[in-house]
Amino acid sequence: MFPITNLKAFILSFLMLGAMFSCKNEANTATSPTQDKAGTEEIEKQGQAFIDDDGSTPNVLQIAIGSPDHTTLVAAVQAAELENALVNAGPLMVFAPTNEAFAALPEGTVEDLLKPENKAALANILKYHVTAGNYSKEFLMKFKKLGQANDQNVAVEVVREDVLVGGAKILASVPAGNGIVHVVDKVMLPPTE
Amino acid sequence: MKKHTYLVMGLLGFAALLTSCGNGNQGKGSSGALNSSNAEKVYVAPGEHDEFYAFMSGGYSGNLTVYGLPSGRMFKEIPVFSQFPTSGYGYSEETKPMLNTSHGFVPWDDSHHPDISQTNGELDGRWIFINGNNTPRIARISLSTFETEEIIEVPNSAGNHSSSFVTENTEYVVAGTRFSVPIPQRDMPINQYKGNFQGSLSFISVDPEHGHMDIKFQIIMPGFNYDLSHPGRGKSHGWFFFTTYNTEEASTLQEVNSSQNDKDFIAAINWKKVEEYVNNGGGTKMPANYAHNVYDESTHTATTTMKKEVVTVNPLDVPGAVFFLPTPKSPHGCDVDPTGQYIIGNGKLSADLTIHSFDNMIAAIEGKKFDGEAYGIPILKFEDVLAGTVKSGGLGPLHTEFDGEGNAYTTFFISSEVVKWKLGTWEVIDRKPTYYSVGHLMIPGGNSRKPFGKYVVALNKITKDRYLPVGPEMEHSAQIYDISGDKMELLYDFPTHGEPHYAAGIPAELLAPKSKKFYKLADNKHPYATLGAADSKVVREGKEVHIYMSTIRSHFTPDNIEGVKVGDKVYFHITNQEQDFDVPHGFAVIGANNSELLIMPGQTKTLVWEPKQVGVWPFYCTDFCSALHQEMQGYVRVSPANSNIELSWSLGD
Repeated sequence: MFPITNLKAFILSFLMLGAMFSCKNEANTATSPTQDKAGTEEIEKQGQAFIDDDGSTPNVLQIAIGSPDHTTLVAAVQAAELENALVNAGPLMVFAPTNEAFAALPEGTVEDLLKPENKAALANILKYHVTAGNYSKEFLMKFKKLGQANDQNVAVEVVREDVLVGGAKILASVPAGNGIVHVVDKVMLPPTE
Repeated sequence: MKKHTYLVMGLLGFAALLTSCGNGNQGKGSSGALNSSNAEKVYVAPGEHDEFYAFMSGGYSGNLTVYGLPSGRMFKEIPVFSQFPTSGYGYSEETKPMLNTSHGFVPWDDSHHPDISQTNGELDGRWIFINGNNTPRIARISLSTFETEEIIEVPNSAGNHSSSFVTENTEYVVAGTRFSVPIPQRDMPINQYKGNFQGSLSFISVDPEHGHMDIKFQIIMPGFNYDLSHPGRGKSHGWFFFTTYNTEEASTLQEVNSSQNDKDFIAAINWKKVEEYVNNGGGTKMPANYAHNVYDESTHTATTTMKKEVVTVNPLDVPGAVFFLPTPKSPHGCDVDPTGQYIIGNGKLSADLTIHSFDNMIAAIEGKKFDGEAYGIPILKFEDVLAGTVKSGGLGPLHTEFDGEGNAYTTFFISSEVVKWKLGTWEVIDRKPTYYSVGHLMIPGGNSRKPFGKYVVALNKITKDRYLPVGPEMEHSAQIYDISGDKMELLYDFPTHGEPHYAAGIPAELLAPKSKKFYKLADNKHPYATLGAADSKVVREGKEVHIYMSTIRSHFTPDNIEGVKVGDKVYFHITNQEQDFDVPHGFAVIGANNSELLIMPGQTKTLVWEPKQVGVWPFYCTDFCSALHQEMQGYVRVSPANSNIELSWSLGD
């Protein structure tokens, strides 16, 4: 289960997130290069991530956005402009590191990754957290490895009842409309080739 | 409980966020399109014609639809594998045989990949072929009548997916199996799949004059899944390439078990070598049972022949004919560039595209640089055949088409985009989003030696909010992009019928002038034709009543018929006497258990009616043919089974 302790805190963090989200696009539009501006706007603002659909089962992106423990992850997804890749038909399995997991990275790492010039490196790390598939924690025990969206493989290990993916432990799992979100305790860093 | 509350809150919040942002954004997005002259680019003024025909497969409709580009207007749905009450296809006595198979009458299918016939690797506009995926069949459709003329069933196949692509001179239309199965079919445990199931790749010869199809040979391959295929062209003419997945030969939970190997294969088949082997008496004649249905334009009637034999070829018996090219990540699309040099495998679980070089492949084969074998078939070394990799940055590449200017365009399902890249340098030049989750794409002639690289059409799988909502079930969306410049430009969205998988496009000037306007009555060889109103008659043969009926604006001859009895089987053989462009007549009779008919000028069609109730029952013309269309009617008097009223018929009495 998600370690949510306080509903007020949740709502507050959600509101902050919302504010961040709505401001972000404007800021980005203002700073985007003038060449091919129309195309860039389309990429940023259209797509399945922006469909007004409040009745369907939440998709993996919506689940992440709704979680106060994943504000860093959501900010990273937005900085890498991967929203639309997370809302398609899937199936997608997202390993979602908590804010705590991001905080455990060496100081300055997250800030660096969020810089526009590191967009590709950030996208590569985030895609290493995504598998084309939809498997429960129990079912994942059948695997030795998974092929990730960044084209690299990640090892799956079983330690007693725990499932570790790329060394990150699955803490909780939330089924999504287009797959499943496994909350993990570590940021999975792709092996360098 | 907590989790649920939390989810609901999150969801509501997300929706609120969207209402504040999303709508405004959409407005901005569409104003971007209005800044340019995109509206003019797709506008075809009233009475003007489109520049291209586009033939879109109907997917689960089983049919093929005809559109105009750039307008996106739909002109026709051509019934192929499915019964079609609009025209009576598959219901009329003449067309029922088209849907016969070894499994009986199968009035539907899942149509996938249309391909237009070629001469010297260029579109020649004679026929278009399309595969029925479910009950394996290949259809040939005339591009002068735009009607299905022939359907051949494919034995030893299941999930006829890597089909129906034509070789450079339409020597063959090729059909590969998606599912491997026991060959011949037999009762055996499913978990003994590995090593026992096999996959067939069928080379169906096409008669150059009439287009008639005949299975020349089937190559019986290892039990992989054969996903898509394309022929070599130019220098690689004589070869055919098939993507495979599930080289693990898993028989259960394929979504996991068939993704364990880092690489599957592209199977490269030297079909000229196999053809020569078969011409010299090679291959095994194997007992089989499959339907061959041919529609004859002069009799307006289809006939079914059950064929009992097929020639199979073991690839190990033809050394040098079959090789495997390792290709990463369960490749889906298999595309060959217009020069025939590059063979592109799109690993659907990958971000990158793998491009093999035909020259490298030949060099590796000649140098016998093999990296093992699979069931005796040599595997070439990945590094030896690789020409390059496109590092796309997209997710889920599926299919590639070409513009003839040295560029390739690849669809990405997961990241919902079309990516334009350069052949040879593999650099990404442009990318544009699609709405949403694109499958195939189509450039007219884009899989031939001579593409017409003006537009690309993205055929999307997901529609969601693109049009006014019409409930849960929606037509799929397509987008047309102008690709005449360096950057692609999204011009227009339009809905497509069924689930278009692949499509084929051709310049209108190649088809429009030879489109048939009507059938000549003088050429009508239908055995029940009524060539003039004077020839109308009604004939009883036991319980069968044959009505030779003619139709012309604005009456049927005869219009009143008496002497029909409950329990009779009444055949309305209706000949349309008109000899003018676009004057069809319809025919409908109350209580018909099949369909109405639509009869083109000069054509004869037959509807069977089995009246179950005594009475006087009307029939009428269903096509608004003329000012006196509403007068176009008649009656059939149906008497009790034991009645002794003689047959009689009349007009104007």
